Amino acid sequence: MNDIKVKVNDLSLRYGTNPALKNISMNIPEKQVTAFIGPSGCGKSTFLRTLNRMNDLIDNVTIEGEVLIDNINIYDKNIDVVNLRKKVGMIFQKSNPFAKSIYENIAFGPRINGINQKSKLDEIVEVSLRQAAIWDEVKDRLFNSALSLSGGQQQRICIARTLAVNPDIILMDEPASALDPISTSKIEELIHELKTQYTIIIVTHNMQQAARTSDYTAFFYMGDLVEMNTTEKIFSNPSKKQTEDYISGRFG
Amino acid sequence: MIKDLIRIKSKMQSPVKGIVTFNKKKFRFSDWFAEKVIKAVAFLSIAIVILIFIFVFREAFPIFKMDKTEAVTSELLVQESYGGTETENTNVKIKDNQLDNSNNNEAPGAKPSSTLLSKTWMPVSDNPRYGLLPLFLGTLKVTLIALLFAAPISILAAIYTSVFAKPRVREIVKPVIELLAGFPSVVIGFFALMVLATVFQNIFGYASRLNSFVGGIAMGLAAIPIIYTLTEDALTSVPRTYTEASLGLGASRRQTAFFVVLPAAVPGIFAAVVLGIGRIFGETMIALMATGNAAMVSINPFDSVRTLSATIGAEMAEVVFGDTHYSVLFFIGSLLFIFTFAMNALAEFYFKNRIIRHYQAKK
Amino acid sequence: MMMNRNLKDTIVESLTGVSVLLIIFIIVSILAVTIAGGWPNLNWAFLSEFPRDGMTKGGIFPAIIGTAVMTIIMAVAAVPFGVITAIYLAEYANEKSWFAKTIRFAVKTLAVVPSIIFGLFGLGFFIGFVGKNIDGLLNGGELKWGQPNILWASLTMALLTLPVVIVAVEEAIRTIPREMREASLALGATKWQTIKKIVIPGSVSGILTGTILAVSRGAGEVAPILFTGAAYFLSDLPHSLSDQFMSLGYHIYIMSTQSSDVDATLPIQFATTLVLLLLTFSLNAIAVVLRYKIRKKEK
Ligand SMILES: Nc1ncnc2c1ncn2[C@@H]1O[C@H](COP(=O)(O)OP(=O)(O)OP(=O)(O)O)[C@@H](O)[C@H]1O
Ligand SMILES: [Mg+2]
Repeated sequence: MNDIKVKVNDLSLRYGTNPALKNISMNIPEKQVTAFIGPSGCGKSTFLRTLNRMNDLIDNVTIEGEVLIDNINIYDKNIDVVNLRKKVGMIFQKSNPFAKSIYENIAFGPRINGINQKSKLDEIVEVSLRQAAIWDEVKDRLFNSALSLSGGQQQRICIARTLAVNPDIILMDEPASALDPISTSKIEELIHELKTQYTIIIVTHNMQQAARTSDYTAFFYMGDLVEMNTTEKIFSNPSKKQTEDYISGRFG
Repeated sequence: MIKDLIRIKSKMQSPVKGIVTFNKKKFRFSDWFAEKVIKAVAFLSIAIVILIFIFVFREAFPIFKMDKTEAVTSELLVQESYGGTETENTNVKIKDNQLDNSNNNEAPGAKPSSTLLSKTWMPVSDNPRYGLLPLFLGTLKVTLIALLFAAPISILAAIYTSVFAKPRVREIVKPVIELLAGFPSVVIGFFALMVLATVFQNIFGYASRLNSFVGGIAMGLAAIPIIYTLTEDALTSVPRTYTEASLGLGASRRQTAFFVVLPAAVPGIFAAVVLGIGRIFGETMIALMATGNAAMVSINPFDSVRTLSATIGAEMAEVVFGDTHYSVLFFIGSLLFIFTFAMNALAEFYFKNRIIRHYQAKK
Repeated sequence: MMMNRNLKDTIVESLTGVSVLLIIFIIVSILAVTIAGGWPNLNWAFLSEFPRDGMTKGGIFPAIIGTAVMTIIMAVAAVPFGVITAIYLAEYANEKSWFAKTIRFAVKTLAVVPSIIFGLFGLGFFIGFVGKNIDGLLNGGELKWGQPNILWASLTMALLTLPVVIVAVEEAIRTIPREMREASLALGATKWQTIKKIVIPGSVSGILTGTILAVSRGAGEVAPILFTGAAYFLSDLPHSLSDQFMSLGYHIYIMSTQSSDVDATLPIQFATTLVLLLLTFSLNAIAVVLRYKIRKKEK
């Protein structure tokens, strides 16, 4: 296993009184793709959002346990959540570009970090769009609204926007669930290329996608982490019956 | 492709200045400052309400402690009067007479609070009397007439739009009725003065052209959009399942409307009517223009009346700053303020209840 | 039995329908009467001339300008405060805190307080307190700010229209999807950066709607300015904030109730009413269209 980037110890989360995550512990390796699978409502998104403290925005959430990123507990009192989110970027299920131009979408992150120099911004925009493998498609219309693009292109704009902040970890919550097969395969290709530089955690309902793109897979069921292992092992020889049933499509 | 990326990556430095660390909370001045400013400005709304309380009451307060000498000195100190009309000079003269009088004898009008309960509103005379009874009675009469006219018609119209109307009709009717809210009250007052007064006089044949009936109907017009909109809201927020269950049991649309939807929406409708009362009670311009403005003690709807708010509107521009009459007008203002404040609190309370019920029903 | 029920249903249903028709009839009557009475006298001279011959002739130019200037000053005062309060309510307020609840209640109270009370407040606070003290401090007691003027009238009106702005802007802010805020925060933007760069630009049309509704309301209200700055007749336009001003609504009120020869000025009264009605209606119509667009965006 590679170095451990994220270490989760005994994490529990409740929405009001409803437990959504129960005593989760896991290690997520650096510069690898880790997939979260499990039936709807089992807590995958909730867990993903604990990794960049997006759940802080929801009222009435109680969290216990710890999440260590680079050996720092992100639920510590002294943590700067704003900077944490610069390190841990997030791609959402529904692509959500701002109602601004493509260029301004990508430049948003650098700008809020105080970069206003035109040449520097131009460079970041180009590099990020190239990294997200969408540069060729949009280079002639950088100043058109990002909302004028197709769903798949919008999602890659969102990825480029996240890359422009240069995070260490990228969280993706079903990034391709709303996309057609061609766009989906483009995103998968992209994930494959990005993992040389980023630690990627992806939630997916698509077993083939998990098998194709990830190195490690974690299976969740009703707020529990049932099993986590290399993707190969999970898909060929799972140690738990529930995992096997789920993967072979016998419930859900 | 991969080669490209590696080249790019090596060329690109972190776009984020310095090394991002998150293990220590960073103080961000602009965020801190923005939040403080925003909170402070938001507090302004509360401050304004409190200031209104303080300043309206402050100016009213003297009538409770003013004996005649204080009243006199305060009048002598401040001699400017307010308002743009030519008539004010004569008024000031009358005031002066009144002043001399109260200096010389022990007129019953000397202590203003003692005349507040009398039956005569005669603030500008040798022996000023500030009896609020005719004003109260007038306001009550007009409010009642306005309410009897506006409440049923608005509630029925709301039932039509939310229960009987087809969606397409509803889309048109609702904004058209809400258009009425956009008429300035001075326009409604003008309409009442020019048209309603004449039409009603022809129909009912009463003596004084402007009276509580004309004023009441006109004020009802101002209250219709409020009662209508809020009632409509209350009716449409009754859960669909109620209606469907009732219709499914074989009840007609009318039965469903009256025995299922209406009872469930009662608190909301109540709130609508209460806010409508508040609007009528405080309406000034229509009262000034259409009620005749005679402070009489009478229960005949076709007699002229003078409402509390119209009294303020008509007389404030002509009083002497700080004198008894001035304070009494502010005292009337305080009463209006307390009353509408209470009405609002009441509606708010019921409204809250209604919303809570609505959500409980949804679950 | 069946017949009976159908009959009852029909009667009740038609009663509700009749109510709707009656309201619409009244609206149409007001419009028709105003237009019929005002249209013949509505021409360029009427709009661009001062009143003449003891106000029995001439136009309403100073009243139009006075109303315009008053509502502009009012908007300049009310809109920033309204927008910031709306941002507080939509973005910062914890709905369960007493502070947020009190602010909400205060805004609702301001929305229902009778307009004449605002007039009293303007007289007692702006003129009697603020103005008098300014005079005492700056002008050695000479009366300048301690009397009715266009500034005090506009500020009084601003208080009255504050809730209009707050409600419209808050509604617009709430239509900005949560995903937009999350996207911004996930990129490491702070709360204030998110508000500045996403929330405020996204609610521009709401701010515009609120402003227009406030201006429309302010242009039509008369009671708050009765004794805080409106004047019956002025031979000149206001030159400074300490001058009084003429206003359309006040003009209608005075002309129809206190003019020396009410009948002779009837055409002027009707035409002035028509101008005020056209003004508030077109403003409201713009606001309705904008609001419709905002709501559509929400879906
Ligand atoms: N904001 C919230 N408030 C209250 N409960 C929530 C909230 N978000 C999620 N939940 C609950 O927490 C549980 C886990 O939800 P979560 O969205 O994490 O599931 P998921 O595995 O991502 O499902 P899906 O595959 O459908 O996206 C569910 O029971 C859900 O109802
Ligand atoms: Mg999910």
